[in-house]
Order: sequence, then structure tokens, then C-alpha cells
Amino acid sequence: MSKKKETVAMLLAGGQGSRLYLLTERIAKPAVSFGGKYRIIDFPLSNCVNSGIDAVGVLTQYQPLLLNEYIGNGVPWDLDRTYGGVMTLPPYQAKTKSDWYKGTANAIYQNMHFINRFDPEYVVILSGDHIYRMEYSKMIQYHKKQNAACTIAVFDVPLKEASRFGIMSTDKSGRVTKFEEKPKKPKSTKASMGVYVFSKDKLFKYLIADEADPSSENDFGKNVIPAMLKAGERMFAYGFEGYWKDVGTIQSLWEANMDLLGDAPKLKLLDPDWKIYSRNTAQPPQYIGENASVRNSIVTEGCKICGTVVNSVLSAGVEVEEGAVVRDSVLFEHVTVKKGARVYYSVIDERTTVGPRVTVGEPDGGKKGITLIGADLNIPGRVKVPSGCRLDDDALLGLTHPEGGADA
Amino acid sequence: MSTIALLFAGAGNSVPELTDIRSMASVPFGCRYRLIDFTLSNLVNAGISHVAILTQHNYQSLMDHLGSGKEWDLARRNGGLDILPPFFTVMGPQAGVNLFTSSLEGLLNARNYLESSSEDTVILSDCDTVNNLDVGALLRQHEETGADLTIAVYRMMVEAGNRNVEVVRSDGTGRVSDVYSGNDITSGRKDVSMRLFAVSKRVLLNLLTDVSVHRYTDIVHDLLARGAKKYDFRIYRHNGYHRMINSLAEYFDRSMELLDDNVREQLFRVPGRPVLTKVHNSVPADYKEGSLVRNSLIADGCVIEGNVENSILFRGVHVGKNTSVENCILMQDTTVENHVYMNCVITDKSVRIREGRVLSGHQTKPFYIGKNGDV
Repeated sequence: MSKKKETVAMLLAGGQGSRLYLLTERIAKPAVSFGGKYRIIDFPLSNCVNSGIDAVGVLTQYQPLLLNEYIGNGVPWDLDRTYGGVMTLPPYQAKTKSDWYKGTANAIYQNMHFINRFDPEYVVILSGDHIYRMEYSKMIQYHKKQNAACTIAVFDVPLKEASRFGIMSTDKSGRVTKFEEKPKKPKSTKASMGVYVFSKDKLFKYLIADEADPSSENDFGKNVIPAMLKAGERMFAYGFEGYWKDVGTIQSLWEANMDLLGDAPKLKLLDPDWKIYSRNTAQPPQYIGENASVRNSIVTEGCKICGTVVNSVLSAGVEVEEGAVVRDSVLFEHVTVKKGARVYYSVIDERTTVGPRVTVGEPDGGKKGITLIGADLNIPGRVKVPSGCRLDDDALLGLTHPEGGADA
Repeated sequence: MSTIALLFAGAGNSVPELTDIRSMASVPFGCRYRLIDFTLSNLVNAGISHVAILTQHNYQSLMDHLGSGKEWDLARRNGGLDILPPFFTVMGPQAGVNLFTSSLEGLLNARNYLESSSEDTVILSDCDTVNNLDVGALLRQHEETGADLTIAVYRMMVEAGNRNVEVVRSDGTGRVSDVYSGNDITSGRKDVSMRLFAVSKRVLLNLLTDVSVHRYTDIVHDLLARGAKKYDFRIYRHNGYHRMINSLAEYFDRSMELLDDNVREQLFRVPGRPVLTKVHNSVPADYKEGSLVRNSLIADGCVIEGNVENSILFRGVHVGKNTSVENCILMQDTTVENHVYMNCVITDKSVRIREGRVLSGHQTKPFYIGKNGDV
């Protein structure tokens, strides 16, 4: 069996994802739950496998324990290979120096030896914070056809949102003429998806140069891509059409979950040709009670629903007791909603209990947006958690003596 | 004390409808399980890491389900899961022509396998019972009492002459005096065998020598009942839920019992003793606007657009619009189209019920539709 792989994928999973606040206090962003039984990283990993890429390095740094455990030996994604497969790559101590990953480019720089083991022609760089289905193999084909040094996947965004992204300007052939990171006055609507295909030799050349530059932040978007453009390398934008969502904020994470619902969901999980794989445990089947009402929702194993669940996404082992109402919300694993409690427009992290007759959020969503409740909390009965707030241990103390409690 | 378990996967064909295409051990049960999952999980939860499965007929689906044993943490370098393929009988006129016919004969043929194993205690068990038996406690008792054999029993009302159970008679100290079945049974509350026992390997091999000398054939009468006269056999009484399945009506009834909170607590929610099974990569269940689901167990991968009541839906079942599914068991990938009414129906895998059909059985005689059926 040949040990050479045409393509190696490197997945940047070290980011903290600070705009997800409480959700990423103890876990890295790619390990955040999504869609009832997935974690964000399942999407790029499944895309790799479905695209025929079977050598994947996952670069971890921030809170890696859960992510390491989750990826394990890669069995769920069929990435437990004798040669290749998935491997987590934490920062390490070398003979002459040791360093944290200083930036996205430095993280790849420090793992060039890993890439070299497979002697690949191409390296795909991915980030672990987007929800999308994408056939990387088609993009690599395009990269080959253009004889490019680097191909950047782009997604057409509304002009008013373009200043949140890295924006590409291209000529008629698709060749990138200009790249601006979060421009104030965007000149194009082609936003970088954080998916790059590099020809390996070019990538290494610019990584080594970047590392030698003490003023560089060692970041792909800020340093490596502009340097390559400046040097006149052949760089192309690869237009992607389909579902793609940056889930870097609570609002967008909630929206992406809501996109799974409905008669014609924007993101259809059930696709036999492009399965999204995940690591699951064997939990008992979900039980829907005598007086329950579950509508326009997705629910997974281990759940017990005796109340009302509408427009919501429930992860494994969630319990909704009699008379409780959950609407327009995302509940992570083993959340319990006690009798008579009401949960509206909220994201609730793992193992939290919402006490009896508690109200979280407002039925119309309120003006302040999605309510976020941290993990392992026990919200005492009858309190009211206002919409748009972020509830953690400290904030919880302030709530135990409510002045305007639900029934006070 | 170290323990190896030997399971009889060929045993039992009391539900011919379901075992036509599979062994009883791999009969689908409770949305996502196969019957063998209960026994196998009980063993693994007791820390047993060496399990051999003796196959007989139709074992392809069973092997597919078990795979390498990884889901039960039995993919081990040492011990782990062994599947013993079936072999020809050496007894009677059918010698060398037909497959072996009894569990006891199967056991005789596994003698070399057992002898070469390093463990000193053997658990022998059928794998078509539904329970969450604390095998760890049974083994601890077995060791503490120093018994030669400890058999799991369950106390229940039996009718005289019940052909589906074996009664274990014991004295006040738990020592077994007799094991009997059939016409010998009188009605009353009795300890019935759960068809699982732990036995010291030395005693088992002695018993097997007697068996082969006398050409015995019956595990209950020839091994247990005869052995109890000679050795120290004891009972271990299980107090939780326990069921056997002896007919399609019983399969239906045992399935519906899972809708009871109490039963699910005793079966699935015992701390430290989860029921493990092969995990598939299904999407979460999707309850569409306009669906109404009441008192039902639903597996992942289902899409529900209509009404479902008092039913058990396995993975990937689709229930169409304006359709009513009541008191039904729909196995994997059953599709029920729009405007269908179904009551007391069991559909096997990949059945299709076309638009507008009306199907009804009765609790005592559920209507069964075989695999790939198209109505």
C-alpha cells in the first residue's frame, strides 16, 4: 500500500470562539454541540471523508480534552486507518524551542513534518467553526485546472454583511486580484469561507518566509494570503453555492439550528449521499408522553418529552416534564426542564436543570435576542431569566431572590 | 475468579414469524435493540470481557449486528468476542448430515474451546431474554457461597404444565434441589430459570463428561437437574423486570410494556448498567408541523408527519400526512404513506404501506407483515 496521499487536510480547531461565551468556557469551539447529535467539527470531518480525504490533522490548543476524546481514534468518521486517518496535533516541545500556536499559519508551520509524512501534492486548510456540506474534491479539481498556488473557497454574502468577512476581488477568470480582511467599504461580496487549497510546495515556501518575518502575526488571512498575492502567485476564488453558516456567535449558532427545521429545511441532515457522521452513545429510544405535543422539532435518543416542544432542537437525554413549554430553543445534552417551566428563544448548555415554573426568555423573542444558559446550572423554581442575558454561576446568584419573578 | 461467558444464539424459535430470516438473538426489540443486547450488556456491565457466541441457524444478521464487538467494548486483543460457527451433529441417524440440535450438544462441542480458555468460571446463557440482570452481583454471590453453580431465577406465577418455563426448586438456604419443566409443573408462585447460570469450569467439565458418556441431550434435565443432586447448586433471585418471548402476541405485549415508565426505568436507567447496542449514524427524529405523537417510543432517523399513538417506531420509519398509526410496532425503514390507518400491526424491516390502506390486527393476534412487504 502506497503511503503517499495526494491531499492532506489540516483542520484548525484551536480557537477559543470567545463570542460563544459560556459555551466555550470549558471546551473548544469545534466541540460545541449542534443539531441534536452533532458537534461543529463533524461537518468538516465528514466533508473530508465524503471527499475521499483520509489523512486529516486536527490542530488543537484551547481546551482540547473534550475534543481529543470526541475525535478519539476516528472510528465514527471511518478515519481509523492503518496509514493516515485522523490525528490530533497539539503544540509540542521541540529540541531547540517550544511554542504555543501563535497563529493559524504558525500552527501549520509547526506541523509541516506531519504533512510531509504523506508526501502530498495538495494541502487543504479548514476551520472548525462552520456548518456546511462541501465536496472538497471538486475544489481540488478546480485548483488543478487553474494550475493555482492557492484556491480560496468563497461564498456570496449580502453587501451589508461583507465587512464581517475576508473579502476577495477577482478578475473575469476567477483569479484573485485583491484580498481585504474585514474591509470597512467592501468592494465585492465574495467572502472567504476559511477553506483553502494550497499546492504543498507553495504553502511551505510562504510558511517558512512568514515564520522568518518577526513582524508577522502568522495568520493566513492577515499575512500569508496577502504575501502570496503581492508576490504574484496564481490565486483563485472557488465559488461555493449551498448552505454555509459561520456559527461564531450565539445568534448564528441558534439560527443554524433553526435552519434544520421545517418541511423544507435550509440544511437537510438526512442526505444518504452526504452523511454527516458523529460519535454517539447507545441511549434508550426517545419517549413521547401521553399529553405531550412535539411539533416542527428534531429530537434525539434518550429524550423524554411530557410537555410541549415547538420549533426546537433537542440533544440526547433531554427531559421536558409535564406542563413545561419549550419553544424556538436549542437544548444541549441532558438538560431538564421541570414542570410548568417555560423556555423561549434560548440556547441551554449541557446538564442544566430549569426549575419548576421558571421562565427563560420571552415568547416573542424579546428585543435583546437569544438567552444563553451555561452548563451544569440548577435554576431554582419560579425565577425569571430575562431575554438576551447570559446566565452562568455568578449571574445565577443574582437571580435567586427575584423581584420580578414569574410568580412573585 | 475470572469468567468467560458462552451464549447460545441458536436457542429458541418460538416466534417463527420473526425468526424466519434471523436468529432469536437478533430479533429487533424496543426501537433500536436486538434481543442479544440485553444479555450481552448484562455480561459486559459485570466486567466480563471474554464472550463466546455459539451460533446455529440464520446467524448472518447476528454477525452483522455484533461486528467486532466494539460497541460492547469486546474488541479486545485478549479475550473479547468469539463467534463459534455451527457444526454437524454427531448423534443419532442425522450424524454428519444435520446441524447440532440442542444447546447441550453445542456445549459439548465447545468443550475444547472452554478447556483452553484461561478462565475458571463459565457463564452459560441464552440470549433472547429481556432484563437488566445484575450479573456482577450474581458472580459475587457465587464466589462468596463457594457454590459449584449459581442460577439466576425470577419469581412469578406459573400455570400447571406451562411449557415455556423451567422451575427451580430450592430450600430455605437457596440450595437447589431440583429443576423441572412441562407436566411436572403445578400452578403457583415459583422461581423460574432465567436461563443464565455461572458454574465453575471444573464442575462443568465433569458434568459434560457424564453427558457425553450417557449421550444426554437436555440441558435442563440432564445437566441442571442431575447435577443438582450431586453438586452444590444455588439460586440468585433477580427482583427487577424480566420477560421471555414465546409467541408473536408475547412479542407485541413485551414491546408495548416498554411504554410504561417503570419498565423503562428498570430496563434502561439502572445506574452503571446501560443497555449497549450497535450505534448507527441516524439523524435525529424529525417531528413535522402537523404531527401528533402520544405515548410512543421513537428511534432516531424517523420522520413523522401524521399521528402516532401507543406505538414503537424503529430507525428510519416514515409516517405520512393524515395517517394514523395506533398500537403498532414498525421496524427499521418502514414507510407508511399518506392517509393510512393502522392498528395492532407489526411491520418487519423495509415494509411499505401505500396510500389510503387500512390495516388492523388485534392485541391478541397482531397483524404481521414480513420483511420488504408491500401493501
